Amino acid sequence: MIRDDELELLLNDVLDRYGYDFMNYSRASLKRRVNRLLTIDKFPSFAELRYRLLSQPDYIKRFVEELTVNVTEMFRDPAFYQTLRTTILPTLTAKPFIRIWHAGCSTGEEVFSMAIMLREMGLLHKSLLYATDLSPGVLETARAGIFPLAPMKQNSENYRLSGGTQDFSEYYTAQYGYVKFDASLASRMVFSTHNLVSDGSFNEFDLIMCRNVMIYFDKPLQERVLILFDNSLGPLGYLVLGTKETIRFSPMQGRYRQIDSEKIWRKIAD
Amino acid sequence: MAENSGLNPKTVVVIGGSTGSIDVLLQLLPALPNPLTFAMVVVIHRKNTSDSALANLLAVRTHVPVQEVEDKDVLTAGTIYLAPADYHLLLEKDGTFTLDYSGKVHYSRPSIDVTFESVADVYGSGVTGILLSGANADGTAGLQAISQAGGTTIVQHPDTAQVAYMPQQAIQNVQIDHILTAPEIIQFLNSSPDVLIR
Ligand SMILES: C[S@@+](CC[C@H](N)C(=O)[O-])C[C@H]1O[C@@H](n2cnc3c(N)ncnc32)[C@H](O)[C@@H]1O
Repeated sequence: MIRDDELELLLNDVLDRYGYDFMNYSRASLKRRVNRLLTIDKFPSFAELRYRLLSQPDYIKRFVEELTVNVTEMFRDPAFYQTLRTTILPTLTAKPFIRIWHAGCSTGEEVFSMAIMLREMGLLHKSLLYATDLSPGVLETARAGIFPLAPMKQNSENYRLSGGTQDFSEYYTAQYGYVKFDASLASRMVFSTHNLVSDGSFNEFDLIMCRNVMIYFDKPLQERVLILFDNSLGPLGYLVLGTKETIRFSPMQGRYRQIDSEKIWRKIAD
Repeated sequence: MAENSGLNPKTVVVIGGSTGSIDVLLQLLPALPNPLTFAMVVVIHRKNTSDSALANLLAVRTHVPVQEVEDKDVLTAGTIYLAPADYHLLLEKDGTFTLDYSGKVHYSRPSIDVTFESVADVYGSGVTGILLSGANADGTAGLQAISQAGGTTIVQHPDTAQVAYMPQQAIQNVQIDHILTAPEIIQFLNSSPDVLIR
């Protein structure tokens, strides 16, 4: 187990040396992640980890990937996706062009889920899905559109529960324990690194999805990121958070209206 | 151990269980003192549905408020906190909860180990960990952490557990302070507050 002061040292190193700022992240979660990294990469001590990080610049990519939590799923929380399908996306059909931002997209399962729904609603051709994450490693996976086969059973069940009626396996081809999703789904996706801590607004969106990312941020950082999203949402745009997250404590909430009982808010004033 | 002087409450009781543990909880809850002088955190394995059925099931059995934790909720005395389905539940040094979607531990999310270890790190000797019935080894490492931090460790008596494996694992691997039947656990929780602090 690393001590609290050792964790602070490490966070300082990573900021000074590589510009990654984890200062406003949950310490309880970071501590677990670093302890886990000490075990799986077999560091005999905290000092060895620190030395590797400072002496081998290549290691930072793995470090960031392991420090952040990248677990994700397709059509996670089917009831939420159903609301998206039946209540939210239909309000965007009249638009000549639909812009969506997936902030903290991890390996892309969420983005492919969205593309599948847009395709089924006949909207994909006029949509653009911006998918960003701070971790370059997960974006490589997302860009390739290749995922392990094993979770597809659960994914396909989620898809069905979310109101999907097609044969889910039509969307991919399976080979050697992996699946590759239909390239036409990816044709409307743009992947790029973007750090919510340090990077600014880069476009105006109709829908921003940021699920299970801000749970790792402290309140001041959450507030800053909410302002970034506010600045990046067009009039009547939607902000979507994870099932346990809220904008309730933010001064911003007065200008947003929550949709049903889902974690979806619509911008009602500019 | 942990600097817990600024924290409200002074003591936390964390309860973990899997198969067969909900019945025990349903016995415990109506017998809890109200108001509670401590905070209670409950981690129960369940299917990864995102509904709040379990919270409702527990809430009707007690007058103590039961709350399924959301992002940034603050641990306060007199409340029972339930780890939500499909998230690990951690505690920060300032008493706010963090939800975490990292990989499963012992095939479980929420994992008992994760919460027990985290609460031990913040509360040190002010934490009492209780492990109930279950068919899984989750909870043992958590009780170990509580023991090392100077807290109190309790397991349900394996003979009285619907599935003995979980308490048995803990008994085999950790120095357990009390091995209790459900009625004895109730008695323990109703004893004077300083019994809860070692
Ligand atoms: C648990 S995943 C969430 C994936 C997906 N949105 C979901 O809900 O299934 C969290 C993701 O947030 C990313 N992340 C963490 N901090 C970030 C930051 N400051 N800027 C952008 N992405 C970040 C991580 O790299 C990780 O891929």
